[in-house]
Amino acid sequence: MPAWAVQLIAHHVRPKIMHNDQFVATAPPDRPPLTSGPSSLPVALTVNGSTHVVDLEPRVSLLDALREHLDLTGSKKGCDQGTCGACTVWVDGRRVLACLSLAVTCEGRSVTTIEGLAAGEELHPMQRAFIECDAFQCGYCTAGQIMSAVALLEEGNATTDAEIAESMSGNICRCAAYPNIRAAIREVRDAGEGGHRATA
Amino acid sequence: MRPLSYRRAAEIGEAVATVSTEPTSAFLAGGTTEVDLVRLGVARHDLLVDINDLPLADIENLPGGGLRIGALARMNDVARAAQVVEMYPGIAQALLLGASEQLRNMATMGGNLCQRVRCAYFRDNVSPCNKREPGTGCSALDGQNRGHAILGTSEHCIATHPSDVAVALVAFDAVVHTIGPSGARIIPIENFYLLPGRTPHIEHPLEHGELIVAIEVPPLPVARGSLYLKFRDRQSYEFALVSVLSALLVQDGRITEVRLALGGVGTTPWRARRAEAQLVGAPATAGSFAAAAAAELDAAVLHEHNAFKQELAQRAIVRGLDQAMVSAVHGGAR
Repeated sequence: MPAWAVQLIAHHVRPKIMHNDQFVATAPPDRPPLTSGPSSLPVALTVNGSTHVVDLEPRVSLLDALREHLDLTGSKKGCDQGTCGACTVWVDGRRVLACLSLAVTCEGRSVTTIEGLAAGEELHPMQRAFIECDAFQCGYCTAGQIMSAVALLEEGNATTDAEIAESMSGNICRCAAYPNIRAAIREVRDAGEGGHRATA
Repeated sequence: MRPLSYRRAAEIGEAVATVSTEPTSAFLAGGTTEVDLVRLGVARHDLLVDINDLPLADIENLPGGGLRIGALARMNDVARAAQVVEMYPGIAQALLLGASEQLRNMATMGGNLCQRVRCAYFRDNVSPCNKREPGTGCSALDGQNRGHAILGTSEHCIATHPSDVAVALVAFDAVVHTIGPSGARIIPIENFYLLPGRTPHIEHPLEHGELIVAIEVPPLPVARGSLYLKFRDRQSYEFALVSVLSALLVQDGRITEVRLALGGVGTTPWRARRAEAQLVGAPATAGSFAAAAAAELDAAVLHEHNAFKQELAQRAIVRGLDQAMVSAVHGGAR
């Protein structure tokens, strides 16, 4: 091994391995090392606060797991290639695309879907605002829009309409209800209700 | 979608060992490119090794100045990190002008460097494509090539490199730290991107199983005034037709240091070295900017639908340098 490589390993690899040892020691018990597939294996998914064990092949997306295995059909499949945003959900509190997430990678993480937003029969303020502002026509993108919109207010980047438009650009509405979607977001923002989440 | 096996790695050595011994395996980080391409059938991996639990997400100031960005740091986290915004605003801007909030929450910095091209013929999994099926030809040469590259092309591939942040990293002489089956190494980012030449299927010098662990950006005063402009068909959530990273150091009205790089026009993130060479020592005027832009784009190879990029890129360079003058680090009498 050349001298530079030895030096590199001394400076970079060894500390990393130490980190790894610490990491292994403190690895969350709900994300153990795992080898599975291509056949199905039980996967524990925590969705809207409840944990479900479902038999899934590793190739199954989080979106398909939600819709086909957990009967949570609120999240929609528009493009299935990360372009439209209709499948937007939160994983560990951050908005992501369920179509590009493999379900097995979400084991040990907290998933929130549109079904987890309302508090029982009481709609989330953003859901109410979408109805009041007529922020949809066909409604296919709406679940994704709302999951994105609530996250946007938590992120705190909704001061201007331009900011809202930029931060919502990952959610396509082919009915072009954009002005009303922005109005709904403004309404919740101005009422100061944006940060409320019914479930974790 | 083809069947997949999955392994969740708990440490770097395990991840590297697994991928390097399984020929049809790959690392899985954010998945925004990988899952998409596996589903399309373009990426033909049988095993994905999930590296998301590896401790590689930190963004740290380096003792001698500069920044170390962990390979698993998410695009949004890097874009909004205070030290990135302060020391390298062009990196933060490039990140925030790419993709969408959802994708930036998922996508990692290491994955961003390795993302594949958006050429429709590469992605359709049917058309002849030298990048996907070496030796079958390039469908873009005589096809729909409006979005394709005009710099660094070959007769075998004209696909544009899609990354925004890599343009900023190339401008700032970042280095890529990896750990592979043969040990650790450091790759200057310009060497990390290979021109297509006769081997467009080989995009970077990584061995199979070699993992990017961090990107280091050296201390660079000129970068504090850097700027990233992006021109595209719609205002948000779209790849660049042309983008430009510009940063200037000006003393007594003359340019003493300049960083200039282009996106959307090159087969790799394109450091505009010809233009830079011409600008150093020149007066910081619109005339100098235009002449340097012309020199850089003189090498352009145009195809039927992308000829407009030659002029668009020059105008973008001039505007980028002009706007960078506002935030430029000035010295001497102004």
